Amino acid sequence: MSNTEQSVGTVTAQQADFSTPLELACGVVLPAYSLRYETYGELNAAKSNAVLICHALSGHHHVAGHYAGDDKSTGWWDNMVGPGKPIDTRRFFVVGVNNLGGCHGSTGPASVNPDTGRPWGSTFPLMTVPDWVRAQARLADRLGIDRWAAVIGGSLGGMQALQWSIDFPERVAHALVIASAPKLSAQNIAFNDVARQAILSDPEFHGGDFYAHGVVPRRGLRLARMLGHITYLSDDGMGEKFGRMLRSGEFKFGYDVEFEIESYLRYQGDKFSDRFDANTYLLMTKALDYFDPAKPNGDNLVAALGRSQARYLVASFTSDWRFSPLRSRELVRALVAADRPVAYGEIVSTHGHDAFLMLDPPYVRLMQRYLSRVAEEVQA
Amino acid sequence: MTTLLRNDLQLIAGWVRPGARVLDLGCGDGALLSWLQQHKQVRGYGVELDVDNVVRCVGAGVSAIQGDLETGLSDFTDGSFDLVILSQTIQAMHHTEQILLEMLRVGREAIVTFPNFGYWQNRWQIFRGRMPVSETIPYQWYDTPNIHWCMLGDFEALCAKNGIRLLERVVMDGSRRVGFLPNLLGSLAFYRVGL
Repeated sequence: MSNTEQSVGTVTAQQADFSTPLELACGVVLPAYSLRYETYGELNAAKSNAVLICHALSGHHHVAGHYAGDDKSTGWWDNMVGPGKPIDTRRFFVVGVNNLGGCHGSTGPASVNPDTGRPWGSTFPLMTVPDWVRAQARLADRLGIDRWAAVIGGSLGGMQALQWSIDFPERVAHALVIASAPKLSAQNIAFNDVARQAILSDPEFHGGDFYAHGVVPRRGLRLARMLGHITYLSDDGMGEKFGRMLRSGEFKFGYDVEFEIESYLRYQGDKFSDRFDANTYLLMTKALDYFDPAKPNGDNLVAALGRSQARYLVASFTSDWRFSPLRSRELVRALVAADRPVAYGEIVSTHGHDAFLMLDPPYVRLMQRYLSRVAEEVQA
Repeated sequence: MTTLLRNDLQLIAGWVRPGARVLDLGCGDGALLSWLQQHKQVRGYGVELDVDNVVRCVGAGVSAIQGDLETGLSDFTDGSFDLVILSQTIQAMHHTEQILLEMLRVGREAIVTFPNFGYWQNRWQIFRGRMPVSETIPYQWYDTPNIHWCMLGDFEALCAKNGIRLLERVVMDGSRRVGFLPNLLGSLAFYRVGL
C-alpha cells in the first residue's frame, strides 16, 4: 500500500429521517424511520464516485475515522477505508449506514415506537436483506446518488451488496461480495439458532421487552457472541494465538478462567454484551438465515442474477469455515452462468471468517487493484 | 495494458472469432483475454491458480477466477463457451486427458498449445545425454513443472482415442511457421480441436 495512507480523521455521524412508509417483507409497514450514517471523501460533480459500505452482523455506520475527543473510537473498517487505502477516500465518496433494526442510531428495537411511546422491543418487525437495501436506496436518493460506483460488504454485508445488484441493477456498477454466500447452509443457520436460543432463554430477555424491566439479557448475548466468535476464527488461527496457554501456568481444577482462549472469549462476550442490543442480534441473525435471492426466482440463482448489470469482485478466505470458499464459488459459478463479469480471489489466510476485516497482503492487493480500476472508470 | 501480444498468443488470437465467449485456462496476467476484449469484443473469463496473477488480471480488466484446473471445470456449465484455451499448460497437468475432455464439455471448440518434445534441439540434447532445456522448455529436469511431455503424434493419438476432431494445426519454430517435418522442426504446437 502507499506510504501516504492515513486516517480520514475526525468524523461525525449524521441522521436521515424518512416519513415515507416502508413496507417490509414480513408484511409490517414501518410508517417512519431514521437511518444513522457517515460519509467520507467528496461526492464529485457527476455524482459518480459514491461507494456504499454495508455492514455485517455486529457492524454499523461508523466505518472509518474516529469521533472528536475519542481516539479509541476507530471505525470498524478503518484499515480498508481512508486516504490511500484500498477504498480510497481521496477518490471515492464513501457512505456507511447503520441498518434498520440496528442498535447504533438507526431505528431499531430499542427505539421508541411513536404509537405506544415505549420501545418497540418484541414488536419490532423482522428485517430482510432486501428490506435493508430498499432503505439504503432511499438514503441514496436523499444524498443524490443515482448509481453507486461500488457497493461493498463482507459476510452479511456482502449479501447486501449482492442484493443491491439484483434489486437495483441500474444503480450498481460494481458489487464487491467478500467472505459471503448466496444463502446460508443448514450448519450456518444452526449456529445462528444456538446463538438465538442463548438470548431467548435468558430470563432477563423478557420476551424482548427487557427495556421496561431495566435489565439487559447480558448472559445470553455473551454466550451468543462467544459462540459466534469461535466460528469467526479458524482452528489454526486460534491455535497460533492461544494454543493451550494457561493464565497462571498451571491447572486450578475449577471452572474459572484457566486457558487463555477462555479468557479471550469471555472478554469478547462481555465487551459485546455491554454495547449490543439483544433484539438487534436476533433480527440480524434472522436476516442472515432468510437471505436467499434465488428463492423468488424459482430457486434459480442464475435467473436472479440475470437482471444484474453489475460487475463483481468475489473474495473468500481459505480458513473461513463459517462462509467457506465453496459458498463463494457457488456464487461465482452462477455469475459466470449469468454472463456477469466477475473476478474471484481465494485468499490464503489463517484468520478464518474475520479475515475480511484483516489485511492479508493478497487481499489488500486485490481490493486495491479492483477499486483503482473502478475509480478510473468513474474518473474519480 | 499493452496492445502487443507474444507471438504464440497472437497466433491463438487469430483463431478467435469476434464476439465469442472465451474461457482461458491458466490465463496468467490476462494479456490474451485483455487483447481479445479490446480487439475482438470477446466476453472472456480466465482461470488462474496464482492470486498475484488474478490481481494482475483485475488490473487489466479481465474476469479471472482463482482456481485449480486439476480439479476440473465444475464451475462452468456444459457448452457455455464458444472456445476454451489451454496455452502451454497441458504438459504440466496431472489430469491431462480429463482437462481435454472438460474443455470440450464446457466449450464447443478448444485451442491447445504445447512445447513439442520432438523438436530437433530437444532430440539433440537427449542424444548428447541430457534432458532438454530451451526457450520453450526453460527448466532443469529436477525443478520442471512439466510432467507429461508429448510430441505432435502423441497429442493427435490422444485426441483420436477420445473422438476429438483436429480442426486446425499450426507448428511454429520461434516466430516462423513450420510446414516441413513439423514434429522435428517445430518447437511449439497449436491445435484447434472440437468434438
